[in-house]
Parts: sequence; C-alpha cells; structure tokens
Amino acid sequence: MSFNNLDQLYRSVIMDHYKKPRNKGSLDEGSVTIDMNNPTCGDRIHLTLNIKNGIVEDAKFDGEGCSISMSSASMMTEAIKGKNIDDALKYAEVFSQMMLGEEVDEDIIDELGDVAALQGVSKFPARIKCATLAWKAMEKGVQNESK
Amino acid sequence: MNEIRKQFPILNQEVNGHPLVYLDSAATSQKPIQVLEVIKRYYDFDNSNVHRGVHTLGNRATDSYEGAREKIRKFINANSTKEIIYTRGTTTSINTVAFAYGRQNVEEGDEIVISYMEHHSNLIPWQQLAKEKKAVLKYFDLESDGTITLETVRNTITDKTKIVAITMASNVLGTINPIKEIAAIAHEHGAIIVVDAAQAAPHMPIDVQDLNVDFLGFSGHKMCGPTGIGVLYGKEKLLEEMEPIEFGGEMIDFVDLYDSTWKELPWKFEGGTPNIAGAIGLGAAIDFLTEIGIENIANHEHELVEYALNEMEKIGGISIYGPRDPKQRCGLITFNLEGVHPHDLATVLDMNGIAIRAGHHCAQPLMKWLTCTATARASFYMYNTKEDIDRLVEGLRGAKEYFNDVF
Repeated sequence: MSFNNLDQLYRSVIMDHYKKPRNKGSLDEGSVTIDMNNPTCGDRIHLTLNIKNGIVEDAKFDGEGCSISMSSASMMTEAIKGKNIDDALKYAEVFSQMMLGEEVDEDIIDELGDVAALQGVSKFPARIKCATLAWKAMEKGVQNESK
Repeated sequence: MNEIRKQFPILNQEVNGHPLVYLDSAATSQKPIQVLEVIKRYYDFDNSNVHRGVHTLGNRATDSYEGAREKIRKFINANSTKEIIYTRGTTTSINTVAFAYGRQNVEEGDEIVISYMEHHSNLIPWQQLAKEKKAVLKYFDLESDGTITLETVRNTITDKTKIVAITMASNVLGTINPIKEIAAIAHEHGAIIVVDAAQAAPHMPIDVQDLNVDFLGFSGHKMCGPTGIGVLYGKEKLLEEMEPIEFGGEMIDFVDLYDSTWKELPWKFEGGTPNIAGAIGLGAAIDFLTEIGIENIANHEHELVEYALNEMEKIGGISIYGPRDPKQRCGLITFNLEGVHPHDLATVLDMNGIAIRAGHHCAQPLMKWLTCTATARASFYMYNTKEDIDRLVEGLRGAKEYFNDVF
C-alpha cells in the first residue's frame, strides 16, 4: 500500500473541512437558492446565498458527496462571505484555472484562504468535477442575482 | 487461471506503480487476444460492406458477419437466426422493444411493470413510453436483501399489464432474478416479458427457449467483445408483427417514390451499414467464452464472491448490499466503507493499482431505495483471482486507516 501520492490530494485542512464543515445548513431568508448535482457520480449541493447591495452577506450549503466536493463547498462559503459579487465571480474563475493546473495570481490565492489546499486536485483529473461543483453553483447563483 | 490471464495483455501492466487489479468488469470487460486478432484480421484482409457485394471481400465479410449471428443464436439457444438482431448494445435493444413493440401494443391505462433494481437503460425507455401512451408504470417491490419474491410478482402483475421488463442480474445488488417463473406469471396475464441480460450473458448460461422470454438484450463489451455491438433477441412471431424504428439503407426490400417495403427478419431492424467488425468480434468473444465454458466462468465467480464476502466482512465497518448467499448473486459486490466516501475510496485504491467503480451505477431509483447517494462496487470476471481480492481487502484496510486515523 502506498499513500504518498495521496497526501497531495488529501491534505489535513481538506479533511478538517470535510469532517467539520463550515456554514453547513440552509439560510431561511436566502435571497438565492441553487441546487446542482453531478449526474455522473451523484454528488449534490443545495446552496443558499444572502446577497444585499451587491455583497454576499451570508452563505450556507447542504448536500452529499465525497471529501473533495464537501470540503470545497465549505471552503467556498468561507471565501465569499462578506465579499462583493465581482470578487465572488473572480474567485470562481481563479478556482477553475487552479483546477486546470494553470498559473494563478498568488495574491488571489492568499485571499482565498484554505481553498489553496485544493490545488493538488488538479493532478487527479477524475476528481476535478467534485471540487468545482460548489463553485459552479455559486457562480450560477451570483450571476442570476446580478442580472 | 494463469493461462486465461495470459490471453488478456492489458492485465499485464502497472498502474500508479502497482500491478493492475481490474475489478470493474461489470462496467466493461477486458478483451482477450483472440478477439483483438479477429477484429484486426477482418480489417487487414476482409473489410468490405455486407449484403451487397458481388466481389470476394464482400462475400467474406458477409459470411463472417452472418456466421457470428449463428454463434449468438447457439449461445442463447434461440430457435432461428431471424430472432437475433444486432444493435449498438443493451440500451438500443431495449429502446427498440419499447418503441417498436411498445408503441404498437400499449394503450392508455395499460400497465408496464419494472423493478427498483433496473439500470437506467431498462427504466427510462419505459418511463418515456408510459408518458407517451398515458400508461401506468409500476414497480416490483424489493425485499430487504435486494431480491424479488414471486408473491410480489403475482401481486403486481395484473390483466392490465402489457409489458414486464426486468433485469436477469442486477448491476448493483448482484441479485439473480427468477426469470423463468416471472415470464410464466407475465404470460398468464397476457403480458410479454423483456429481459435486460447485460450482466447475465457474460456470466451465466442463457436458454431463451427454456426461460420462455419474449425479448432479451445484451451488450458485447461486457462479455469480452468490442464496444458498440449488442444483441436483441425477440420471438420471431413478435418481431414479424413489429414495424422497424430506423429506416434507410440495408433494411429495405423495394423502394418506390412514395412507399417502400422491408427486408425480412432480422435485417428489417438493421438499418444502415452495421458494425461489421463489432459483430465479428462478438462472435469471437462467444467462441472464447464457450471454449472456457460459461458454467466454469459462473462457478469461478461464485467462488470469488464467496471468498470476497468473507474477507471483506472481517475488515469491520463494511456494509454489503444485496443477497448474502453467493449462489443467489452474480460476480459483483456493492458496498460502502464507513467513514470513507466511495469516490475517495476509488481514488485511494486507484493509487494502489486497483480499479473499482464508485457512484450511482446508473441506477438512481435503486440508490434511493438503498438510501445512499453513492456506493463502491468491485466486479469480477474469469481473469480475476483470489490474489486480486487480497489486494482489494488490503486496499480497503489501508483506506480505512488512512481516513479514520491519519486525519
């Protein structure tokens, strides 16, 4: 058995978010609700966002999935809370670049906090969809709201 | 066993630094050299279109293509090659029945009965037909061990039932269904039975006359053949009464400006240039399976399942779905390991060279019944060994430790 390569994927910060998810649940007065699933594997997310005056005031998620999809959702809600919607959309774009293994702005990575721990997912092509589910849901919700 | 493994060159490789253990044959099986060589030989020497050439290559291609049909007929003991229709796979086979037979014979208020353990390929065509015809779609309930009792079958099928569609072996639970008995009950009520044999044809003997089924479909790629070729068996009388659903070349008899007539069976259902190499490859796969003996394959898999069930239970924290009796199930085990999501488990095993399936296995209603969104599945074939299962068990122990203790 070898686990060395796996340590690139499963960092302890990821497992921490998986086992103790932040912002888990559903907002009662969420202004935006998004349900998204990954039809090939069954992962699903229910995301509620409270957006006021262009600011994401609160975000909560619920759902089922693997450690990568659920920790990514937990980290995403932490990263966007209190940010304006332009920043939130920029983060989604940067996250998608990160998953493609492209070079990304180090300053933005710093702003994203724990999210940086997910960089190793790009080396596991089959798992990229797990990591991006929550971000795609957020992007859709914010875009609907800003229309 | 080593002799059989040698026939599968793909198995002799390292994946992520470990010798490959392939436990995903229920998704698609590997292909032996014999099959690969027959396909190559066809393209190297005989490639030509079928049923039209006067030239020698055309005759050779046609002889091989039709020769494979006879092998398939014999393999499932159909009465005639008129009853063997080449398709793209099980999905196309079932869609053909739903839309050629179903549209002609199902009316508003009629019932179509399926089960919770159907693969989407034997579920969605019936959902669509039921919606189109305003027919009622009904399900056989499952017992807690994932089996269907004949009492349930008797209580569900009524005189309004026109079609019963059911899998012979479940791709998730592994359950082997009593097809012969279900067919008899369906017939008592004047219904026909359609059987999804995608997981059965590669692993157990099938005699369509003994089972007395009306339609039965399977896929070549799960039984050592190539992808893109499958079979629809149908009783000749029913096929004769059905209109084709694909129209064009190959399937016509006379074509006039405003009307046309169809070729005789089986060709009226084979519009367009067929998958000739695929059919010939499937014929070679059937030769290969027959040479080993389908009974021997079934026995080998039962032994592996029994061994795997015992070894996996020793790990602790493993939930296994489906019947406990290895004799009641085909060569696959669907399970969950406590504290480790199936996707994470599949990644950990993959990094150790072990290929398993994780997800909903194209059976979402069944996942709901199991009250889980995803499961892991290890599936076996004639080339798997007890050593493969030992590697799996070692991997499961490692994954359990990694996720529960390291973090």
